[in-house]
Amino acid sequence: MPTQTNQIETLANREYQWGFISDIEADEAPAGLNEEIIRFISLKKAEPDWMLAYRLKAFKHWKSMVEPTWARVGYPPIDYQKTIYYSAPKAKKKSLDEVDPELLAIYEKLGVPMHERALLAGVEQPKIAVDAVFDSVSVATTFKKTLAEKGIIFCSFSEAVRDHPVLVKKYMGSVVPYSDNFYATLNAAVFTDGSFVYIPKGVRCPMELSTYFRINAQNTGQFERTLIIADEGSYVSYLEGCTAPMRDENQLHAAVVELVALDDAQIKYSTVQNWYPGDKNGKGGIYNFVTKRGACRGDNSKISWTQVETGSAITWKYPSCILQGDNSVGEFYSVALTNNYQQADTGTKMIHIGKNTKSTIVSKGISAGHGQNTYRGLVKILKGAENARNYTQCDSMLLGNECGAHTTPYIEVRNPTAKVEHEASTSKIGEDQLFYCKQRGLSVEDAVNMIVNGFCKEVFEVLPMEFAVEARKLLNVSLEGSVG
Amino acid sequence: MIDMLLEIKNLHANVGDKPILKGVDLTIRKGETHAIMGPNGSGKSTLVHCIAGREGYEITEGQILFEGKDLLAMSAEERAREGVFLAFQYPVEIPGVSTSYFLKAAVNATRKHRGEPELDALEFLKLIKAKQKMLEIDQSFMNRAVNDGFSGGEKKRNKKFQMAVIDPKLALLDETDSGLDIDALRVVSDGVNLIKRDTQKGTLVVTHYQRLLNYIVPDIVHVFVDGRIVRSGGKELALELEASGYAKYDDARVGV
Repeated sequence: MPTQTNQIETLANREYQWGFISDIEADEAPAGLNEEIIRFISLKKAEPDWMLAYRLKAFKHWKSMVEPTWARVGYPPIDYQKTIYYSAPKAKKKSLDEVDPELLAIYEKLGVPMHERALLAGVEQPKIAVDAVFDSVSVATTFKKTLAEKGIIFCSFSEAVRDHPVLVKKYMGSVVPYSDNFYATLNAAVFTDGSFVYIPKGVRCPMELSTYFRINAQNTGQFERTLIIADEGSYVSYLEGCTAPMRDENQLHAAVVELVALDDAQIKYSTVQNWYPGDKNGKGGIYNFVTKRGACRGDNSKISWTQVETGSAITWKYPSCILQGDNSVGEFYSVALTNNYQQADTGTKMIHIGKNTKSTIVSKGISAGHGQNTYRGLVKILKGAENARNYTQCDSMLLGNECGAHTTPYIEVRNPTAKVEHEASTSKIGEDQLFYCKQRGLSVEDAVNMIVNGFCKEVFEVLPMEFAVEARKLLNVSLEGSVG
Repeated sequence: MIDMLLEIKNLHANVGDKPILKGVDLTIRKGETHAIMGPNGSGKSTLVHCIAGREGYEITEGQILFEGKDLLAMSAEERAREGVFLAFQYPVEIPGVSTSYFLKAAVNATRKHRGEPELDALEFLKLIKAKQKMLEIDQSFMNRAVNDGFSGGEKKRNKKFQMAVIDPKLALLDETDSGLDIDALRVVSDGVNLIKRDTQKGTLVVTHYQRLLNYIVPDIVHVFVDGRIVRSGGKELALELEASGYAKYDDARVGV
């Protein structure tokens, strides 16, 4: 019904609330990419020689690479010489108390808790330690001391390079090698900051750790790098959030995240990605080209990825698990929403190497407006992976008539004992469903939110509580203007 | 006209270019139960969907008043909040949304519309418990997703339960295809008979089968042929239809 579709569209088109621009004086590199810029970045960060050598090696390799074109996304060619690869707010900081109040105010405005307030109005709040990354640098990390008492290292990547070189050298690039792919290699050459986490043997991290990424400066790319190591028998839950101002030109975000879980360790990594998606005509927005991979290196280890992707003009992202250790477990739970002219090509790779390895994939794609949403996944069972198990469920929901949903699963099985299940469904938010809800008195908006949230339930259930509430709200906002 | 619940005057409706309703006149007073019977494709279901406000039908002529208010000027959700309830023949599934969450949203949408305070979780639970007791119904499905994986019987019970919780003024029952399963009939009629007892409310049942009317005893039966009511009478009319069929109404077709 035409009216129906119009209502759906109006619903999906609400303004992006995080689009404000902050006037912060920045220390920037000139636009462009060459060895000099890389040396500049390394010098700015006062890096040791081995780090610079790593960058230059990556850059040399990158020059020989071509941008991948296999994803179902389309965009005009990116001029990598026009991007600014380093931008740092000028204000200097030494401790949390000395962080530029202007920067703190920005994070407060974004709703990121930057104070170590345990008590709020007499009630104990769940503690979340935050590393705040603003353009190219980490501006503050909270709860560092509390965490250090347990031997947990939670700091910016730059600090880790300086203070924990042994750990960084051992693990950096061990999951995503510098030569991995075009964007990861670019990141290895020019990455500026990000978070570093090390959980020592047998320690259960007492609070959620999180990084909040904010792109502010114009024409700047954000290239962050995160490395999380969970030593034997440890546990950590890590959250990641991101926003950017509304700008007419596209901005590049090419991150690398590496996770390493040793014997009996568990890492839960949750993302709510809300980069600026562009306006309703598809102008502007972030190109989110991200390489995320976790290695279940130890026996009985477990890595769970949960992502709620509502932002970005283009998302190219496949958080994956290499299930090396025997009995290791990989999980991927995803909600990806594309509205207006957003494009998402996202999914996961589950590589089964160890015996009795298990993986679960639950992907929920929602397309509205002219959005294009692709699930792309690989389940690979290697020869030695006796009794490997995979369960994949891949559901797509269409809102309206102009959007698209695509599913591209690859399954490669080299061991006859493997059991691989794949379920997929595509549904259109039905006129029947909407009418049923309306006939019970619900507004179109409430009906759509309810139906979409119900559709995503399995994913929201695995998000940490506070995050799940946020994700629901975000989904509702992102859907506004989409349905009838 | 304080006792008028629903007044349909000369209603004409098209689907695409095709006229389906060709001048329906129907008045339901408070406290009355009406049944519409007619052959397949006569437009019975279209009529209830037009009353409920489903999109896809073009009203070309006529009006529908509900307690004197112009129903056609309202959206489907406004009509529902005013007290028009359509019991769907094929209830829709909403995966991932629990029945209790759905019902709470529905009840509160109506309360808000009437200017009443919305119920919180505890108050809603109390309401549910009271209705359960009254209906002597097993409510194990309350925590399951709306109609998702429900058996036919469960769907019927859910329908009856929704009707009791939402407490509409006018219940529209589209039971065109049902009428064979006695248990299901009983469940539906139980729900309707609650409404029947209330002198402020009304019911409109659409069916093929006389048998349903053994359970829901109508005050008035209408014979619906080719988009119009061609005859109205007491409940004995239903029995007559059962015996002689609709053939003798063929002449009533417009343009024949």
